[in-house]
Amino acid sequence: MPGVDAALLGFARALRAAGVEASTERVHAFLSAVDVLPADVYWAGRLTLCGERDDLERYDRVFAAFFGGTGQAARRPVTVPRAPRLRLVVRDAEGEARTAQAPDAPPVAALASTSEVLRHRDFARLSGAEREQVRRLLATLALRGEVRRSARRRPARRGEVDPHRTVRELLRRGGEPARLLRYARTEHPRRVVLLVDVSGSMAPYADALLRFAHAAVRGARTEVFTIGTRLTRVTRELSHRDPDLAMAAVASAVPDWRGGTRLGELLGVFLERWGQRGMARGAIVVVLSDGWERGDPELLAERMRRLHRLAHRVIWANPLKARPGYAPLAAGMAAALPSVDAFVEGHSLAALERLAAVVRGAEDA
Amino acid sequence: MTDFEGPEQVRARLEETGYLVDEGLAVACFLALRLHRPLFCEGDAGVGKTALASAFAEALDAPLIRLQCHEGIDASQALYDWDFPRQLLHLRAAEAAGVTDAARLEGELYDRRFLVARPLLKALETQPSVLLVDEIDRADDEFEAFLLELLSEFSVTIPELGTLRAEVPPVVVLTSNRTREVHDALKRRCLYHWFDHPDFARELAIVRRRLPGVSARLAEQVTALVQALRTHDLLKPPGVAETIDWAEALDALGANEVDAELAVTTLGSVLKYREDAERARGLDLAAVLAGRGA
Repeated sequence: MPGVDAALLGFARALRAAGVEASTERVHAFLSAVDVLPADVYWAGRLTLCGERDDLERYDRVFAAFFGGTGQAARRPVTVPRAPRLRLVVRDAEGEARTAQAPDAPPVAALASTSEVLRHRDFARLSGAEREQVRRLLATLALRGEVRRSARRRPARRGEVDPHRTVRELLRRGGEPARLLRYARTEHPRRVVLLVDVSGSMAPYADALLRFAHAAVRGARTEVFTIGTRLTRVTRELSHRDPDLAMAAVASAVPDWRGGTRLGELLGVFLERWGQRGMARGAIVVVLSDGWERGDPELLAERMRRLHRLAHRVIWANPLKARPGYAPLAAGMAAALPSVDAFVEGHSLAALERLAAVVRGAEDA
Repeated sequence: MTDFEGPEQVRARLEETGYLVDEGLAVACFLALRLHRPLFCEGDAGVGKTALASAFAEALDAPLIRLQCHEGIDASQALYDWDFPRQLLHLRAAEAAGVTDAARLEGELYDRRFLVARPLLKALETQPSVLLVDEIDRADDEFEAFLLELLSEFSVTIPELGTLRAEVPPVVVLTSNRTREVHDALKRRCLYHWFDHPDFARELAIVRRRLPGVSARLAEQVTALVQALRTHDLLKPPGVAETIDWAEALDALGANEVDAELAVTTLGSVLKYREDAERARGLDLAAVLAGRGA
């Protein structure tokens, strides 16, 4: 029935446009599932095309639009895929226009000489061209968690005797005494979780911090969430290699740019949906926020205490910390500080490099 | 293995074992059987992901083989291993008996009887069987990749013995608590089902089914209380497993029905965080009880 297959493929395409990663293999499974159960297209598709909880809601929406009659389809249009080269993202600080940006990138020599200055420049005070340079430098930053010993072992010259390999060696020699082979525990970098505040007060920094997060995600075992009026997991969006594509994907995934912040409440959501199950357990959790809390500071304090109990270390990076005369007096910040292991700056490239070092466990702030 | 005609039949069979499924899960189970695809189950702890595997095994009259994942799990713990002590013993015995045929002796050493089958190999060798890969999100990337290969071919190559292939692929149920994103390559091979908390009627039916000895009124009250607790912002909302625990605990105390005071004293069966218990104590449980089953 080529007509039916075409309709199903069209549905799969619409799903993909809505952000569900319905790959060829999944579509193939979908077709064979419908083949077995022609009467149950809804479940056949939901079970084969979706891959995570967030997909389900999109699936229901597209399904209703696609199979639920044409009238509904008109009211709830399927999102058209974005043009890939869109450069969205939070714009510059005080609404300054970026039109005057030089058409060509600065020559490499100039970049080298100015980069040292740029490293210490506050993100909020960058011009358009400087911003572009900083972005390029940000893309080279790496973030690795401090190492911890794991249960897995690998062959090593020193360490405990590895009975399996030793006996295997023994057998290989027909039972003659052989050299004792040893193993040692491997070391793994700890998981790093970044919670990036994208509320209004953080607007001058959100772009740079998310690009920092993008560079961080390329090292494995890093998870990124945005915090605003909602909590959004953006790890998958950030996994695009190209930073601009990744930023565009984040921009469309995050519904609450420049809103207020309810840090305590959203931290609670993070702990409940992810943290407590294990994502924060033994991890290094970095909160990138100015600590402006619109909600109840006592709630934030309580959630931070819980986070602190779960995580290996909690680091708070605050872009305002570098400002002259800054004291962590904002109610949210003051409430959070007792549960923070390291309180660092987060306003410039140099500050983020230092943050990366703290995450690696190189030194304390 | 029993061949089912459709999801309805799978549902009926699972219900006979005492496991109540909704429409989606019935379709998922049916497709898993028919298309030989692993079933990837995600959802909060205590919603019945692991219980599904045991019910499935019972419904199919097949043994349940369970692999509990953990950080650092590797092939020798999951697939197979050689029994070195016994191999050595064999060598020594052969030596003592004066065996001189070295080639034969060496061949004997890698005989099937010295191979220790771990869960995955056992599942391939047992037909039919239900393989439960529990909490796959706790294993690491390397193990996922290894599992991916195994689950797409349902065969394994042991260098000394050759390739072992399952004639009938085992029914595979994977569970994840979402502590970590499982690689898409693995999920792609699977059917994906998200487990929600059941609604009142279904949860009550599950409790009644699992605890036939508990009074109807108690089961109803406990279910109503748990459903109410779930609507409050708790650190760990109770799952169906906790509902059953609670009803069982109250029944063990000889209660035929529960009042607010008794509910508070036995809260420890349902809520596992001090903060949650405190929160619940502040709620008007009596009102919940009055609203339901009065």
